[in-house]
Amino acid sequence: MDKLLQQIVNGITLGSIYALIALGYTMVYGIIKLINFAHCDIYMIGAYVGYFCMTYFKLGLVPSLLIAMLVCSLLGVLIERIAYRPLRNAARISVLITAIGVSLFLEYGTMFFVKANVRTYPEVTGMMAQRFNVGEMVISMQQIILVGITILLMALLQFIVKRTRLGKAMRAVSMDRDAAQLMGIDVNSTVSFTFALGSALAGAAGILVGLYYNTINPLMGVVPGLKAFIAAVFGGIGIIPGAMIGGYFIGAVEVMVSGYGGSMFRDAVVFGILILILIIKPSGLLGKNTREKV
Amino acid sequence: MPILSVERVTKAFGGLAAVSNVSLDIIEGELVGLIGPNGAGKTTLFNLLTGIYVPDSGTINLSIDKQVIPLNGIRPHSICQKGLARTFQNIRLFKDLTVLENVLIAMNQNINYGLLTSFLHLPAYKREEEKLLHESIELLRIFDLDKKKDELARNLSYGEQRHLEIIRALATNPKLLLLDEPAAGMNPAETANLMDIIGWIREKFDLTILLIEHDMTLVMNICERIYVLDHGMLIASGTPDEVRTNKRVIEAYLGEDINNA
Amino acid sequence: MRKFIAIGLVYAIVQILIMTNLISGYFQATLVTIGINIILAVSLNLITGFTGQFSLGHAGFMSVGAYVCAIVTMRMPTIPGFILGVALGAVAAAILGFLVGLPTLRLRGDYLAIATLGMSEIIRIIFLNLEVTNGAAGLIGIPQFINWTWLFIFTVGTVLLLSNFVKSAHGRACISIREDEIAAEAMGIDTIRYKVIAFIIGAACAGIAGAIYASYFHYLEPNLFGFLKSVDVLVIVVLGGLGSLSGSMLAAILLALISTYLQSFPEIRMVLYSLILIIIMIFRPQGLMGSREISLSVFSKLGRNKLWDRFKSQKGGQ
Ligand SMILES: Nc1ncnc2c1ncn2[C@@H]1O[C@H](COP(=O)(O)OP(=O)(O)O)[C@@H](O)[C@H]1O
Ligand SMILES: [Mg+2]
Repeated sequence: MDKLLQQIVNGITLGSIYALIALGYTMVYGIIKLINFAHCDIYMIGAYVGYFCMTYFKLGLVPSLLIAMLVCSLLGVLIERIAYRPLRNAARISVLITAIGVSLFLEYGTMFFVKANVRTYPEVTGMMAQRFNVGEMVISMQQIILVGITILLMALLQFIVKRTRLGKAMRAVSMDRDAAQLMGIDVNSTVSFTFALGSALAGAAGILVGLYYNTINPLMGVVPGLKAFIAAVFGGIGIIPGAMIGGYFIGAVEVMVSGYGGSMFRDAVVFGILILILIIKPSGLLGKNTREKV
Repeated sequence: MPILSVERVTKAFGGLAAVSNVSLDIIEGELVGLIGPNGAGKTTLFNLLTGIYVPDSGTINLSIDKQVIPLNGIRPHSICQKGLARTFQNIRLFKDLTVLENVLIAMNQNINYGLLTSFLHLPAYKREEEKLLHESIELLRIFDLDKKKDELARNLSYGEQRHLEIIRALATNPKLLLLDEPAAGMNPAETANLMDIIGWIREKFDLTILLIEHDMTLVMNICERIYVLDHGMLIASGTPDEVRTNKRVIEAYLGEDINNA
Repeated sequence: MRKFIAIGLVYAIVQILIMTNLISGYFQATLVTIGINIILAVSLNLITGFTGQFSLGHAGFMSVGAYVCAIVTMRMPTIPGFILGVALGAVAAAILGFLVGLPTLRLRGDYLAIATLGMSEIIRIIFLNLEVTNGAAGLIGIPQFINWTWLFIFTVGTVLLLSNFVKSAHGRACISIREDEIAAEAMGIDTIRYKVIAFIIGAACAGIAGAIYASYFHYLEPNLFGFLKSVDVLVIVVLGGLGSLSGSMLAAILLALISTYLQSFPEIRMVLYSLILIIIMIFRPQGLMGSREISLSVFSKLGRNKLWDRFKSQKGGQ
C-alpha cells in the first residue's frame, strides 16, 4: 500500500515534467500542425541554461528558472522564424524533416560546445534538501517544488490562453488560420507567441529535471520528448488540458511499470499505449473524431 | 426492377440532417436528375451511395444482373467494383499524374496480372498493359482528350478536367453512373454539348445515369425523371413538367433566381 | 537492353578495381553502406514516396532482417545458410510489415509516422531484452558473406524489381493513394490492401538491407536501429525526392560520400549534417529530383512511346 502511494508520488513528479513538455508539443501542433521534434531539445537547453546560471553565476532557483524560460522562449521563436516559417505552405513531410534537422542541430551543436559528458547540477542544501516522511513514504522538498511550480505554470498558461487577447488569438488561429487572418489577427506573431509560451514551459521543465535528477547531457531530451509527445497524443493533440492529463497519465504508467518489476519494458509499454490509442481513438482522450469533407 | 433503390436513408452531421429520410428508385437504363438548392444534401447523398459516408439509418440496394446487393457497410472500392461509379463536384482528379494515368488507375480492377508479373514484367504485363492503354485511349477520345494523354491533369482546363472526371468514372466499367454537377462552371454552349455527350454515353455504354445539377433548366431537357431535394428532404419527384410546376419546388428555389437556379 | 549493359559495366569496373586493390577496404565498407542505403531508401520510397504513407519505422524492419539473418548464419555458416538467412530475414520483416501495416492503416500523415516510430522502438526494446539476440551486448562474429558481387545482386535486384513494380498497375494503385485516397477508393482501388502491400514489400526489402548489414559488418546491437537510423533513411528519400527511385539512389550515394568525408571531423559531423538537412528543406523541399526519374525516366518514356506508336500503327493498319 505504501509502496503504491510512493509510486503515485513519484508518478506525479515525473508526470509534471511530461505535462510541461507535452504542452509545448500540443500548442505548436494545434497552431501549425507540426510535430516540433526540436521541442525536446529546447527542454535540454533549458536544463543547460539553468545549470550555467546556478553553477557559474551562482544564481538561486527562481532567477535561474526565469532566465532559462526566457532563453528558451527566445530560442523557440528564433527556430520558428528561421526554420519553420519559410516552409509553412510546403509539404508536411518537408517541415517534419526540418524539425528533425533542427533537433539534431541543437543536440550536436550543444554537444560541440559543452562536450558529450554528463554534467551534474549543484547539490541542493538547506531547505531544498529536506525530506518528509509520511508513513513509509518519502516526499522530498524538490518534488514539492517541482510539482508546485508545474501547477503554477499550468494555471498561468490556462489564464493566458483563456483570458488574454493573445490567448484568444492563439485559439482562433488553431481553429482556422485563414479565417483568423481575415478577422485581422496577426497570424505570424500569434505563432511566434505560441512557440514562446511552449518553449518557456519546456525550459522550466529542463531546469526542474536538472534539479531533481541532478545529471544532464545533450541527448537528455530525446526520450522524455518522445514520451511527452505521446502524452500529448494521448490527451488529444492540440488540446491543452489533454496534454496535462496525458503527461500525468504517462508519468504514472511509467512509474508503475518500473515500480513493479518491468523497468526493462517501461518504454515499450509507453509506446504500446501510443499505438493502442492511435488505433482505438487517434484523436485522443479529449479529441473529437473528424472526417474529411468530400 | 430498379437498379438502385434507396430506402429512408438519413445522415446527420452534428445536429444538421444533411440527408433526411430519403427514398428513391432508379430503373435500369434511366437518366434521372437530382436537383435542389445549394446545401440541399445532393452531394451527401452521392457520398452515401458510394460508401464514402455510412448512413445513420436506412438501406441502399444495388441490383445488378437480377442480383440484389445491399450497399450498407460495403467499402467504397467494392461498391465501385460492383458497378457504381461517380464523379466529384469539387474535381478530385489525380492532379499530379498524367491524363492517361488517371484513366489507367480507374481501370485497375480489370487487370489480369498479379504481383509477381508486375515485379518481373513477365509477358502478361506487356499484353495487359497494351490492352489497358488501348481501352484508355478509346475512352479519352470521347472528349478529344487522347491528344493530351501525357499532360498532367492539373494542366487541363477546367472544362477538360470535368470531362476527364467522367472518363475516369467510365473507365471503372460502371452500370450506374453518378455525375455530380458535371457542367458546373461551363458556359451554356459547353453545357449543351456536354449534355449531348452524356446522352450518347448512356446509349453507347448501356448505362443508367443519376445526374446532380444545380441548374434546373438544364436537367429538364435531358432527364426522364427528376428528384428534388431541399434541406435534406425529398420534396418532389416526377417528370420534368410535373416538377417544374410543383409548388414546393418553386418555393424551395424561391430566393434563388428561378431561371438560373 | 542498354540498361542491362550499363548495369553490367558498373559491376565489372568496380569488380576489377577491387581485384586490383584500387578500392581500399575502407572504401569497400562505404560501397556496402551505399548499397544498403539504396535498398533502404528505395523501399521506404515505395511506402512514403509512392504510396504516401509516412513511415518512421524503417530501422525496425531492417533490424528484424539483420537479426534473423545473423542468427541463421551463425548456426549455418555456409552460402546456402546465408541465402536462407537473407530470405528468412526478408520474410520476417515482411510479416512485421504486415502486422504494422494492418492496424495503423486508418492513420494518416503524422499520426502514422509516430505509430511506426513507436513500433520500431518497441522492436528495439524487445531485441534489447531477448536472449537469442544477446541483449544490449549484441551479436559478435556473424560470418561475413557479403562481397561486392552479392551486394550488387541484392541492390540492383531490389531497385529493378521496385522500379518494375511502380510502373505496373499495382504500382499505379499505390500512387493513386498518395494522390487522393478518397478518389482512389471511389475508383475501385482497395486502398487498405495496397497500403498493406506497400508496407510488406518495403519491409521485406528493409529486411534484406538489414541482412546485408549483419553479414558484412559481422556485429549487431539493437541501438544501431534506433530512431536516428529511420531518420537517416527518410532523409535520403526526401533529399532524393519523394516518388523518385533514381533520386533515392543518387541521394544515398551522395550522403554516403559526404558522411565518409566528414568522418575525419567527428565533432562537427552531425552539426553539418543537420545544417545541410535544414538548408535543403528550406530551399529545395521537393528534394533533388522531385518525383522525376533520371535515366530510368528516359527508358520508361521510350517504353511508353513505343507502346503508343505500336498502338497507333495498329490503328493505321486496320
Ligand atoms: N462532412 C461533413 N461534415 C459536416 N457537414 C457536412 C459534411 N458534408 C456535408 N455537410 C453539410 O451537409 C449539407 C448538405 O451538403 P451537400 O450535400 O454538399 O449539399 P449539395 O451538394 O446539395 O449542395 C450542407 O449544409 C453541408 O455543409
Ligand atoms: Mg454538391
